[in-house]
Amino acid sequence: MLLIPCPWCGARPDSEFSAGGEAHLERPDPDHASDGQWGEYLYFRRNVKGVQRERWLHSHGCRRWFNVVRDTVTHEITAAYPMGESMKETGPGA
Amino acid sequence: MTQPFRIDSGGLINRGKPLTFTFNGKRYTGCEGDTLASALLANGVHLTARSFKYHRPRGIVSAGPEEPCALVRVGTGARVRPNVPATMVELHDGLIAASINCWPGVNFDVGAINNAISGVLPAGFYYKTFMWPAAAWMQYERFIRKAAGLGVTPSFPDPDRYDKRNDHCDVLVIGGGPAGIAAALAAGEAGARVLLVEERAQLGGQLLFRNASIAGQPAREWLAQAESALARLAEVRVVCRATATGYYDHNLVTVLERCTDHVADPAAHLPRQRLWKVRAHRVIVAAGAIERPIVFGNNDLPGVMLAGAAQRYAAQYAVRAGQRAVVFTNNDSGYEAALALAATGVEVAALIDPRERPDCAEAVQAQGIAVMSRHAVIAAAGSKRVQRVTIAPVDATGSKLTGPMQHIACDLVCVSGGWDPAVHLYSQSGGKLVFDGEQHCFVPGAAMQPVRAAGAANGAFFVEDAIEQGRAAALNSDTAAPRRALALQPLWAAPGVPQGAKPFVDLQSDVTAADLALAAREGYVAVEHTKRYTTTGMGVDQGKTGNIIAYGLLGGLTGRTIPEVGTTTFRPPYTPVTIGALAGREIGTSFEPWRRTPVSAWHTAAGAEFEPVGLWRRPMYYPKPGEAMDDAVARECLAVRNGVGMLDASTLGKIEIRGPDALTLLNRLYTNAWNSLAIGRCRYGLMLHEDGMVFDDGVTARLGETHYLMSTTSGGADGVLGWIEDWLQCEWRDLKVHVTPVTAHWATVCVTGPHARDVLTGLASDIDFSGTAFPHMSMRQGQIAGAPARVARVSFTGELSYEIHVPARYGLALWEMLLEAGAAHGITPLGTEALHVLRAEKGFIVVGHETDGTVTPIDLGMQRLVSMNKGDFLGKRGLARADNVRKARKQLVGLLTRDAAVMVPEGSQIVAMENAGRIAQPPVPMLGHVTSSYRSPVLGRSIAMALVADGSNRMGGEVAVVTDGRVVTATLTDPCFYDRQGARLNG
Repeated sequence: MLLIPCPWCGARPDSEFSAGGEAHLERPDPDHASDGQWGEYLYFRRNVKGVQRERWLHSHGCRRWFNVVRDTVTHEITAAYPMGESMKETGPGA
Repeated sequence: MTQPFRIDSGGLINRGKPLTFTFNGKRYTGCEGDTLASALLANGVHLTARSFKYHRPRGIVSAGPEEPCALVRVGTGARVRPNVPATMVELHDGLIAASINCWPGVNFDVGAINNAISGVLPAGFYYKTFMWPAAAWMQYERFIRKAAGLGVTPSFPDPDRYDKRNDHCDVLVIGGGPAGIAAALAAGEAGARVLLVEERAQLGGQLLFRNASIAGQPAREWLAQAESALARLAEVRVVCRATATGYYDHNLVTVLERCTDHVADPAAHLPRQRLWKVRAHRVIVAAGAIERPIVFGNNDLPGVMLAGAAQRYAAQYAVRAGQRAVVFTNNDSGYEAALALAATGVEVAALIDPRERPDCAEAVQAQGIAVMSRHAVIAAAGSKRVQRVTIAPVDATGSKLTGPMQHIACDLVCVSGGWDPAVHLYSQSGGKLVFDGEQHCFVPGAAMQPVRAAGAANGAFFVEDAIEQGRAAALNSDTAAPRRALALQPLWAAPGVPQGAKPFVDLQSDVTAADLALAAREGYVAVEHTKRYTTTGMGVDQGKTGNIIAYGLLGGLTGRTIPEVGTTTFRPPYTPVTIGALAGREIGTSFEPWRRTPVSAWHTAAGAEFEPVGLWRRPMYYPKPGEAMDDAVARECLAVRNGVGMLDASTLGKIEIRGPDALTLLNRLYTNAWNSLAIGRCRYGLMLHEDGMVFDDGVTARLGETHYLMSTTSGGADGVLGWIEDWLQCEWRDLKVHVTPVTAHWATVCVTGPHARDVLTGLASDIDFSGTAFPHMSMRQGQIAGAPARVARVSFTGELSYEIHVPARYGLALWEMLLEAGAAHGITPLGTEALHVLRAEKGFIVVGHETDGTVTPIDLGMQRLVSMNKGDFLGKRGLARADNVRKARKQLVGLLTRDAAVMVPEGSQIVAMENAGRIAQPPVPMLGHVTSSYRSPVLGRSIAMALVADGSNRMGGEVAVVTDGRVVTATLTDPCFYDRQGARLNG
């Protein structure tokens, strides 16, 4: 029931969006990553209690991916920014 | 008007508008403004229900949504509504209602035997008794379900219509009592867009029955003025019969509006109920408070009622709930109720209070009512109605009897153990609850969302305080309005309950104080565990009256305070919501959108049997009259092998890729190399996820220098598009390329079989279909009968095949044109089933059949499609992980049963075969499973594909397929069963 601020369309109900999990994951260099590192990239995600950055797709809207800063405790969304922009600093824990 | 317990004057009912209704087959009369409960009480009907487990006689306990006992069935046939509290059913002419959970009737109920044997039905009885043998639970369950439980749902489709609406407002006010009205007024006057929702039929809340004055003005006068003031505010909307049922994230509140439940003959254009989804900037919860009882022996007898309810029945509905009442209260509100009852002619025999005498006793005594301080009601007695109570003196804390018992005759016991703010929605919003040690109830604490509580919902039980709080909340003022405390001394259960008189904590789930004590003795400490073990609070009322008592008692039993015990979670919905309202209009054909191709109507007319493929409905086969599925599929298969067939392939996923970096994109998406693909040529590719597992496949054609047309599986088109968009937008932002989904823009017909070219050359087209001009794995653009066309020569059947794409609007015309052109060659429409058989004969995989997210291209025997030296592609690194290069992974093989007539079911397990055709001793090593299995008409035998451990090294060996308890011997082969050289498609 989140109200998600799409950077292009404005605030819309979450039924228009798809969640994409943790944002700013770095894809390891495939030529040099160990099996362990590749496994981390494939299967391991942070499970943050508090502020986390996550990817969302406005799948039933503009079909654009973007990043959201959301508190997993309060569900408060403090920022949304387009892909390619660097991480937003948004207070403690961010 | 024969309503013996109706008071001659006063109340908010319309005596000039009598209404006839039926309860348990008997006709009664009530008045406009009644609820079913008040009308029954006016007729002296107290026995309304039998209890859930023990089938004990039950009556009307409350006057609101918290009602634990008086659940009834309303309506008949398909419109029957089970488990509705009679207290919330507005009376209308012709209303038909009945008791639930009793047979043959509420007066004589066979199930009451459970009460006689209740000694052997303690808490957790079912858990303990029906554990062994586990298989027998299926037998027990049928009887348990029948004996316990509540009303029966209708067995017909719901004939009513339900609506949903979205709404937005600055301030949503939940509850139309004094606090809610004051909040809506203040917010509205400040210019806010306000939505005020009230659960009952009219605004007013406690003003409708309490004898309050507001700044010297009688409450009902204040209410009338406030209502007209609200009506004058254009941006304020008031919706009655609307219950806020759930509070979700970001201030989304669901509201269930009952539009026509209260109307005898609703207009056909109106929905029965409407589910609102309200997004509010701010929410004010002014949902009031719920009175709690005090537990004593036989406190479930009809005639034992909450004091505030009796007061409401007297003052709002002009009904005497009894002739001779005893009031049992541990707080001052019971005194107000006693006065209200006395004022309407009810004889109040005594007011029992475990406390020392409070100041408010004087006014009650002045009415000639005996106030018995430091006393408690310890039991009630009667058969189907209370006839007397037993009282006794108690010590200062109410925990011990200090003197002899005595009896008082009465037919009504009015109980008040205090008031609990309706914190349900506030808690759902994420707001914290804190325990008010003065009034001994949970009240809203720190908020997590923009929400405030006001009035009784915030622990302000006095009308003027509630109004002040409503205003303060509306204006978002920092200072909380002060409130006076309701004087109260906590008492959860009376001491010294006589043997044999059951003290009920949860009246709906039939949980007694003894059940809680047993749970505590057995080691239950956590309140959530105790709830589930004893079923306290698990009824449709969700323990609105009983839960707090359970916390109090559990605390006492385990030496903890109530805040230490905590509460169970308040989950939505606040009160039950019909499934119809949740479904709204998304039912039947509107439940899920079907996708249909432009040829769909032709398929239907031709008698095709359809199957779902994703959201598509595709023809599965086209039976001739009297033809069975197997026969139809065999006929279609042989037509393709020996002549020519045609398939509606419009569902094939199609994605256009354009831009200077289109080639780079393909090289990264697919496992094979794309650099050498010439314009006009096609190539098959496999797509992997980053773990190296196959997730889609298809043919991509190069249409121009930087222009490609990708095809995907029918079910995978959306997923592939999403996958590409994800990488382009998030990781490969430097690539200059656009992808466009065009699946539905093009209708596609596949013409396949040795005569395919003969059919196509019969079309009016500028495309040269000759084998030299148009070789296998190429695509030509041109026109067919004047329509633009793209034709790909690709094959999924192993025969000479063309996929013809035309703009969707020409799809049906193309189909009919091909039927005509192919008539001389006996062209035969084929469905998906024949296509599956044909592709399996060729050993072609279907993603989702031969793959399940754990299968690599190497497992499929497609090493040649993986180019490890072209640079990075998605899944490349994943393929190199240790487990993916492990020897003896499950690999794709063909499977031929020794008996050619035997077909093994897909999904069958494959195990190792030992000598002499026997399977190994347990534990039997599992080798794999059957992924596809068909009867091949052209080969005249069964064929199957399977994933088998180390399959490529087991070729020629025998395995055992375990199916339906039988062991079938089969030989592992190459998965291609037909035309292994591919001669048939290269003509």
